[in-house]
Amino acid sequence: MAYSDKVLDHYNNPRNVGSMDKSSPDVGTGMVGAPECGDVMKLQIKVNEDNVIEDARFKTFGCGSAIASSSLATEWLKGRTIDEALAIKNTDIVNELSLPPVKIHCSVLAEDAIRAAISDYRNKQAKKVSTEQQTVA
Amino acid sequence: MKTPIYLDNHATTPMDPRVLEAMIPYFTDRFGNAASRNHEFGWVAEQAVDKARKQVADLIGATAKEIVFTSGATESDNLAIKGVAEMYAERGNHIITAATEHKAILDTCKKLEKHGYRVTYLPVMADGLIDLDMLKESITDKTILVSIMYANNEIGVVQPIREIGKICRERGVLFHTDAVQAVGKIPVNVDADNIDMLSISAHKMYGPKGVGALYVRRKNPRVQLTAQMDGGGHERGMRSGTLNVPGIVGLGEAAAISQREMAEETVRLRYLRDKLKDKIEAGLDEVFINGSWEHRLPHSLNMSFLYVEGESLLMGINDIAVSSGSACTSATLEPSYVLKALGLGDDLAHSSIRFGIGRFNTEEQIDYVADRLVEVVKKLRELSPLYEMAKEGIDLSKVEWVHD
Repeated sequence: MAYSDKVLDHYNNPRNVGSMDKSSPDVGTGMVGAPECGDVMKLQIKVNEDNVIEDARFKTFGCGSAIASSSLATEWLKGRTIDEALAIKNTDIVNELSLPPVKIHCSVLAEDAIRAAISDYRNKQAKKVSTEQQTVA
Repeated sequence: MKTPIYLDNHATTPMDPRVLEAMIPYFTDRFGNAASRNHEFGWVAEQAVDKARKQVADLIGATAKEIVFTSGATESDNLAIKGVAEMYAERGNHIITAATEHKAILDTCKKLEKHGYRVTYLPVMADGLIDLDMLKESITDKTILVSIMYANNEIGVVQPIREIGKICRERGVLFHTDAVQAVGKIPVNVDADNIDMLSISAHKMYGPKGVGALYVRRKNPRVQLTAQMDGGGHERGMRSGTLNVPGIVGLGEAAAISQREMAEETVRLRYLRDKLKDKIEAGLDEVFINGSWEHRLPHSLNMSFLYVEGESLLMGINDIAVSSGSACTSATLEPSYVLKALGLGDDLAHSSIRFGIGRFNTEEQIDYVADRLVEVVKKLRELSPLYEMAKEGIDLSKVEWVHD
C-alpha cells in the first residue's frame, strides 16, 4: 500500500508524543480502540483557565495511518478552545492526510479520542466545581 | 549494501540465474510442442520435458511417470482434491484437512462442501502441529482423502508427515500433501513419507512462476484422478493443455539444483535464521516465536513483537521486504487465520512478522535487518500506549477497551 507523504511525515516524525499526568485536574485523557482491533489511541489535552488547549500529547498502537491521524490531531488541538476542538471532524483528518477508504476508521478513532479526552476533562471540571460548591456551603 | 532487502522467500523466490539459463533456448530455438510426435521440434521439446520430469521425480523419491505438470501448486491442490473427490465419490464423501492449510486447499474443500462432501478441519496445537490421535479419530469409513500440508507457509512449521502418511496407509485413505514450502528445502521422500499425492511449485524453489507439478502415486496404491481440465489428454489424461516447456525445464533445473545443494544450503540458511533470531532476542524484550521451533523449516522465522502493530512495523522497515499477520496488511482486515488457529490473541497476531531467508541472502543483510528491526520496534514501543501500560504493571487482558 502506498502512503501519502503527509502520513509518512507524521509516521517518521510524530508530533507531540508522550504522556501527561492523567490525575491532574487540568488534563483530559481519552483512550479509544482495542488491541484486538489493531488500534489503540491515547490522547491527552492540557487546558488552561481560558478553556484553551495549551498542550496535547498522544501515544498510539496501530498502523501508520492511525499514528499519523493521532499525531495530526495533537497538532490541531494545540491553541484551540474546547469548542473549536469539538469542531474537528474525522473527514478533516481524512482530507489532510489523503487517507484511503480502508483507513477511514483511523480518522474516526482520532475523532473519538479527541471527544473522549474533552469529556474526561469536563467530568473532572464538573467534579471540581461540585467539590468547591460543597466547600463553600 | 543494496536495498530493499528481500526476506519474503515464502511468498516467492527470485529465480536462480542457472535456471533462467536452462530455460532460454526453449523460448526461441527449441520452441516445439512436446506433443508433436512427428518432427524434430516436438521430439526436442519432449526430451526436455522428460528430463525435467526425472529431475522433479528424483528430488522427491518418485518415478518420472508419477509427475503431472501443472500451472502451479494451486492447480495441483485443486486437481488432487477435486480429482480424488470425483473419482472416489462412490467410496465416500469425507475429506480431512487442517485449519492452517493454504487457501488453495481450504477454499477447494469449501467448494466441495457445497456439493455435498463433508470436510473435517482439524485444529492445530499451540505449536502449529496437528494432533495425530485426533486425526485417527476423525477417519471414518466414508473418508476418502486426508490433505495436510508438509510445511506451513506462514509459520514454517513442519507437520509429522511420515506418521500422518502411515496412519492413512493403515486406514486405506489417500494422503495428499501441499509440499510447496518443503520441497527443495528439506528432504522429502514420497515412499518413506507414505505420500500418495504431493503438490509442488517452481517459484518457491528458485524456479519460474506459472509452473508446478502434482505427484500422483502409481503403485501401492495406484491413485486415480478425475481430470479437472479436459482437452488433448496430456499428462496421462490427468491434465490437458499444451505443456509449458520452458517453465517445465525451469522447474526441473530448479529441482536438480536444490537436490545437489540442499545439504549445504540448509546449514547456511539455518545459521542465518538463528543469527537473526538471536540478535532480535538480544535487542528486545517481549518477543515471541510463533509455532514450534523444533519442527520448523531451516529458513523460517515468525515472530510477534508485543505492543507494536504489524503494519506500522513494516512501514518502519520499508527497505526490508517481509510479511505481517496483521489485519491491516490483508484485504480482509482480519488478522492471520493461521496464527489465530495456534491460539494467538488478535493482539499478538497483529504484531507478527514472517521472515523467509533464501539462497541469495547474505550475512550482512541479516545483520542489517536485525539492527533495523530492533531500532524500529523500540521507537514504536515509545509510541505505544500498550507498552507504557504494560510497563506500569497493568494487565492488558483485564482492561475494558472502548470501541464500537
